[in-house]
Amino acid sequence: MQSAPIKRVYLTLENWFNYSFGSWNPLYHLGTLTFFFFWVVLVSGIYLFLFFHGSLDGAYASVERMTHEQWYAAGIMRSLHRYASDAAIGCILLHMFREFALDRHHGARWYSWFTGVPLLWMVVTLGITGYWLVWDMLAQYIAIGSAHLMDSLPIFFGSMTRNFLDGALSDRFFILIEFLHLLGQPMLLVFALWFHVRRLSNVNINPPRGLAIGSLLALLALSIVKPATSHAPADLTVVPEVLNLDWFYLNIYPLLDYWSAGQIWMLTIGITLLLMILPWLPPKKAGAAAVVDLDNCDGCKQCFEDCPFDAISVQARTDGAPHEHEVVVDPALCAVCGICVGSCHSSNPFRKAQKELRTGIDMPQLPVNKVRTMTDSALAALRGDVKILVYGCEHGFDVTRLNRNDTVGLTLFCSGMVPPSFIEYALRKGADGVMIAGCRHADCYFRFGNRWMEKRLKGERDPVLRTKVDRRRITVQGGAETDRNIIEQALNKFREELITIGETGDNAGRKVSKAEGGSHV
Amino acid sequence: MYKRYPLQFLNYLIFMSLVGYFSTAPAYRHLPEGQAMVVLAFSHAGQHVEPCRIVSPEEQAKLPPNMRRPTECARARSPVKVELLMDGQSLLSTVAQPPGLFGDGGVDVFLDAIVPAGKHRFSIRMNDSVRVKGYNYTHEQTVQLEPAQLLFIDFNTEDGFVFK
Ligand code: HEM
Ligand code: SF4
Ligand code: SF4
Repeated sequence: MQSAPIKRVYLTLENWFNYSFGSWNPLYHLGTLTFFFFWVVLVSGIYLFLFFHGSLDGAYASVERMTHEQWYAAGIMRSLHRYASDAAIGCILLHMFREFALDRHHGARWYSWFTGVPLLWMVVTLGITGYWLVWDMLAQYIAIGSAHLMDSLPIFFGSMTRNFLDGALSDRFFILIEFLHLLGQPMLLVFALWFHVRRLSNVNINPPRGLAIGSLLALLALSIVKPATSHAPADLTVVPEVLNLDWFYLNIYPLLDYWSAGQIWMLTIGITLLLMILPWLPPKKAGAAAVVDLDNCDGCKQCFEDCPFDAISVQARTDGAPHEHEVVVDPALCAVCGICVGSCHSSNPFRKAQKELRTGIDMPQLPVNKVRTMTDSALAALRGDVKILVYGCEHGFDVTRLNRNDTVGLTLFCSGMVPPSFIEYALRKGADGVMIAGCRHADCYFRFGNRWMEKRLKGERDPVLRTKVDRRRITVQGGAETDRNIIEQALNKFREELITIGETGDNAGRKVSKAEGGSHV
Repeated sequence: MYKRYPLQFLNYLIFMSLVGYFSTAPAYRHLPEGQAMVVLAFSHAGQHVEPCRIVSPEEQAKLPPNMRRPTECARARSPVKVELLMDGQSLLSTVAQPPGLFGDGGVDVFLDAIVPAGKHRFSIRMNDSVRVKGYNYTHEQTVQLEPAQLLFIDFNTEDGFVFK
């Protein structure tokens, strides 16, 4: 599968960060980093509020005092407040770019994307009111610019711009802006953030500690090297000539010198609408949601625990079976990852060896029975001294590119879709080794697939891979589609290890300890 | 997990340099050097298209008390036509149509222009009644404009045009 160029650009960037940061890779923590920057903004903002004089006459002087007389505390706080806000915009843009490049916004995942777009407006307008509060020439510039934008909307009577120039409105308005910046907008933002991640399970809002400390130190360093300062005080008899704009927040205002306010609204609203409908634009991949089969479900709730998209809920048993619970899938929320199939202990290929294999929760387009058939025929086709079966996924490296006499790759929806018992099954049925590929380590197209899979193999999460299975015959190596070298290197190394195991005769041919063998149910 | 602190340091350096740079730069020039700005802005309701009729005391007596008014006016108002000339050249002009379903609203005029600083003679003329030919408000004033000065020209019916 040839990927979009934008994805390749992103993967190259990700490589660089993986190389520098390992599992602290900031690209894997852009959402949580943004949250972290918001915390810095909040704490520094509260400190600034203590010394801020909230009136048109007093604001500028109070900010000047903080910046110069108390540069070592309030001054640093002011710089932190500004730079953390700017860094947040940087992270948000990268976060959007990433989710877009990796195509994590289509289908049932439209929700997070769609609710993310208004967040952009909220954060940017929050920054704008912040710059307003300094009431310097920059604040005057954005006040007049904003008034122009507002005047072009058919919702206000009278001209706000004229009222500003006349000095009539600015004092009352200043109090309104202050209220918005200190209370109204932050509260709205918190609410909207909660909404943004509401449909995801196990959402983490804290970045790894090392990344947080590094970012804070970096912000502090910037604050000391380049303290935030003001322009000259606002003066409505003078036109601001040269402005040191914060381009993260104030980028739209210069356009007013070239375009009409109406055109700017059309542009910004147009971009917003385009972003909002992106999840429904091609390429679209239709997939049928997971389906529960109560005859094979005992209500253990493991799939409910594992679903990354909160698509599964638990309810009281309805079919009269002697179990307490059953699970239900909401098709509108299901991202068709198949992780729940890997969660279900009924997805066990040793069951009903002759008949059709059925499990508690299954994917209509690739049911476990088909996975077993694919596994069987792949094993039957393998030739050579060391036979290796590779399970891969649709979003990482394409494992069918590894096919040769003694190696076959099978592609599932996600590496988390592989039930551990299938690994044991493959080893018993003739494979000398099983490799699990999938997305890059620490990242997963379906959020948690590779993480759950690795925990199952380590025996830390149900359903566990039984301890009697020889771990030396299993290897895990994730990789994106550009990672052919990494995958092939890992595969070659694995092949050599399997040869050594065979030659030393150490447990040769005994891939699963005899004592506890036997079929499972 | 491997960590390469020097590389991480480099990444933080790049990121924070970008943040620091774009937080104030590149500087944007909003007003060219040696220029000033003239803003002509006011709210004004044009006069009624038809003259108001004086309601006689007898007629008033017939009306319910809350409806009694000394005059009765048709709703439609005249457009407001205004022109600002600088040193004899037209600088800003507009004809503002009264908004509203019945053309009965007041108009908001907002016009601005960037002009070279220095001494200028401004003349303004305005017509706000279809029943008057020519202009019924005029004003002339010479102003020494400093660079970056914002000359705000306001209007109200009592004082006429006011330079602020
Ligand atoms: C205010 C800024 C934002 C913050 C703090 C934020 C935070 C987050 C967090 C914490 C997650 C969950 C990540 C995870 O646990 O896997 C997330 C997911 C996501 N966000 Fe944002 N976000 C922001 C803005 C945006 C914007 C502007 C967009 C796009 C327009 C966006 C699109 C998404 C998408 C598509 C997901 C992934 C959902 C999935 O994996 O199915 N976010 N965001
Ligand atoms: S396939 Fe299963 S785990 Fe994945 S989103 Fe759907 S219900 Fe959840
Ligand atoms: S994991 Fe399987 S058995 Fe357990 S609740 Fe889900 S479908 Fe039922």
